[in-house]
Amino acid sequence: MSRIKQDHSRFRDIVRGKVRRNLKSYISNGELIGKQGKDRVSIPLPQIELPRFKFSAQDGGGVGQGQGEPGDSLGQGDGQPGEGQGEAGEGEGEKALEVDITLDELAQILGEELQLPHIEPKGSKQVVSERDKYTGIRPVGPNSLRHFKRTFRNALKRSIAIGEYDAKNPVVVPIKEDMRYRAWTTIKSPQANALVIYMMDVSGSMGDEQKEIVRIESFWINTWLKSQYQGIETRYIIHDATAKEVDEHTFFHTRESGGTMISSAYKLAARIIEEEYTASEWNIYPFHFSDGDNWSVDDTATCIEILRERLVPVSNQFSYGQVESPYGSGQFIKDLRQHFDTVSAESPLVVSEIKNKDAIVGSIKEFLGAGR
Amino acid sequence: MIQYLHVRPLPADLHHWRDKIEALAREHGLDFYDVFFEVLSYDKLNEVAAYGGFPTRYPHWRWGMQYEQLSKSYTYGLSKIYELVINTDPCVAYLLETNEMVDQKLVMAHVFGHADFFKHNFWFSRTNRKMLDQMANHAARVRRYQDQFGQTRVEEFIDVCLSLENLIDLHRPFRPEVKHEVPRPKTDLPDELIGDGQRVARLEAKEYMDEYVNTPEYIARQRHKAQEEAKKAAKHPAQPERDVLLFLMENAPLTRWQRNVISIIRDEAYYFAPQAMTKIMNEGWASYWHTKLMTRHILDDSEVIDYADRHSGTTVMHRGRINPYKIGLELFRHIEQRWNKGQYGLEWERCDDMAARANWDTGAGKGMEKIFEVRRHHNDVTFLDEFLTPEFCAEQKLFTFEHNPKANEWRIASRQFQEIKQKLLFQLTNMGQPLIEVEDANHDNKGELLLTHRHEGVDLEMSYAHATLRNLFALWKRPTHIATRRGDKGLMVSFDGEQVKERVYKL
Repeated sequence: MSRIKQDHSRFRDIVRGKVRRNLKSYISNGELIGKQGKDRVSIPLPQIELPRFKFSAQDGGGVGQGQGEPGDSLGQGDGQPGEGQGEAGEGEGEKALEVDITLDELAQILGEELQLPHIEPKGSKQVVSERDKYTGIRPVGPNSLRHFKRTFRNALKRSIAIGEYDAKNPVVVPIKEDMRYRAWTTIKSPQANALVIYMMDVSGSMGDEQKEIVRIESFWINTWLKSQYQGIETRYIIHDATAKEVDEHTFFHTRESGGTMISSAYKLAARIIEEEYTASEWNIYPFHFSDGDNWSVDDTATCIEILRERLVPVSNQFSYGQVESPYGSGQFIKDLRQHFDTVSAESPLVVSEIKNKDAIVGSIKEFLGAGR
Repeated sequence: MIQYLHVRPLPADLHHWRDKIEALAREHGLDFYDVFFEVLSYDKLNEVAAYGGFPTRYPHWRWGMQYEQLSKSYTYGLSKIYELVINTDPCVAYLLETNEMVDQKLVMAHVFGHADFFKHNFWFSRTNRKMLDQMANHAARVRRYQDQFGQTRVEEFIDVCLSLENLIDLHRPFRPEVKHEVPRPKTDLPDELIGDGQRVARLEAKEYMDEYVNTPEYIARQRHKAQEEAKKAAKHPAQPERDVLLFLMENAPLTRWQRNVISIIRDEAYYFAPQAMTKIMNEGWASYWHTKLMTRHILDDSEVIDYADRHSGTTVMHRGRINPYKIGLELFRHIEQRWNKGQYGLEWERCDDMAARANWDTGAGKGMEKIFEVRRHHNDVTFLDEFLTPEFCAEQKLFTFEHNPKANEWRIASRQFQEIKQKLLFQLTNMGQPLIEVEDANHDNKGELLLTHRHEGVDLEMSYAHATLRNLFALWKRPTHIATRRGDKGLMVSFDGEQVKERVYKL
């Protein structure tokens, strides 16, 4: 192994928490999601910053260059403006490096990092939909796709090279060889649709930290499933003793109190599927997150029954994620393990325990690793 | 020569241009040690860059971290390294295999600029030009310690040292070594005034009685007592010591391998310091020469557009920080122009007629001579202090910005020359690091270590200071303190081995 590979694997081991746990507080990769723009996200690369005596950042300010009047804003946030896209180089002591990428790329990276298999969709496989995507530049094409800047650049280069260019009369006339056009590739994909139903226990025992875990995890699951399917529909159900369907914002921000009847959510999910979707046409992914505390043994029995009769058979995969909370008994996951085969690779019911934020990555792999 | 590099001969076309560009550079007055160019694949280049330009460094995770960042940035198409050159004799520079010819020419022209700067700038004059060997020795030594004492143990110790790495004295390499000379008697002074320079109290006596009252035994006893007192009272260090690493190396209760590791970290910190101190000048100088050589001599017509594209990429302005390439390049050009037109000296300073200043041209033609002189003597701080002018700030659209806590946003604060200059100089002074000194190694007469932060308007980041004090404790093994300020109040932060305490007091 080359020396840099040794240093690199040492770094990875520290980041993963295998060795040198005392460095943990200096690792900055906490959030899996960084800033989230329209359809780009920036994910911070893991970085360990050793403590030093240094100036507090916000006192400082600095000197910049460009247009603007005193009082004009340079951007929000805690970090210094303009950070992130710094050129790599002396590297030392520079701020957290962030990578700006599209969701498509992100899903690809996620797939590679976790070695997720591509999903084999069910339903109308034979229906192929085509989508065109601009991917490059080529020298021939229709005029409507002419890339003006590239064409001009080539023309300018050519006219300078052959000595035709006159700075006093800078007229550049492109000839046929200068022309550049946008090129596209056609992406063929089976027209398969997916339905994702997120269910979450919002009873009193689910605190903010637990919800944050659900939020991050469902973001990544969505990102991956979106990359695998043409159309994806998402439905959100929250429940305590009763269940109701809500929008995304409410889903992540509601805090209810009271008891927990998991069966209420399962009933609602089953009804949504039966009334609005054809199971043979749709790839259905119910996800349920809870701290594992159910009201009664009877209700758990009802849950098992609904799962067995109405949910698991129609789903590509039913996923249950149990977050750890200081109050929950964590019994439900044990019940599921008892009644279903959750171990074998073919099982359509997958369970995962998510102890803390660091466990999210592993849990995503457990959920999506089967490629269903 | 450089055994571990296995420098391969350059491909013929690169070799041709290398020689040509070197000859051009020398013709223009640049002077440098031999420059070796090595063509590397992007992966290998990332590796070398992660090691700070050296083929090997001591084993440590942070090289791995830098490597990951570089290779990820490259894979995602965010950035790639254009040039990499190290300050050694001979100079070693790297070229990226996949770059186009115009890029390679640009990089080579740029590198000769850096090589000249390394050789002639005063602040580099004390750096070890055989650092390739030195780094390899450091690596070998640390590897040996790891084999002997365990990887984690040595690595943990290195981390502690790295957290104090910025506490060095940038001017130390240029001070003559202080020798502690024992004062010798020069005249026939009374015995008791010789040696320690301490006046020994004599008992009052008539002259003829003196030798009976103040007997030699009595004087000797008194002197001994005075010396003991003085020793107790003497502060250690006598003067506040800015080279904290050296102080710890000499005074902290450490084992031999630990002292050696500190000296390795310190050595490398001193080696890299001049590069941080001259970032603007160094990049400015190299950019000045690559534009001059490229546009006047090297480029062929078909390459002009690509060159312009690359050049504008490196000198693009950022709103949130200054680009050293841009500021350095423009400031060198500004100086050259001023000295060409004779815009210096008493008459120029005294002239406040704007029209006359704008059209000032005595045809002095000393521009080229001046910029060579500037590159020899200055560092970024003195460079900007001396040559930043209001005209330049306006031309370059410089401004200061500050944080507005209410809106949690950054905004442009001012375009006033004085404020810009002050802020710039502050950012660059001591490489933008707080000035911290060892004040007392026997604080409170309990063998505790007291550091002082020379507060110049900006507070320390407290969470970092706490963690750093803990690391300092790991070396000193007794409580550690730092005296700093919070706003206009004094602040003493202490770590006693168990917890960090902060005590605010009135100044």
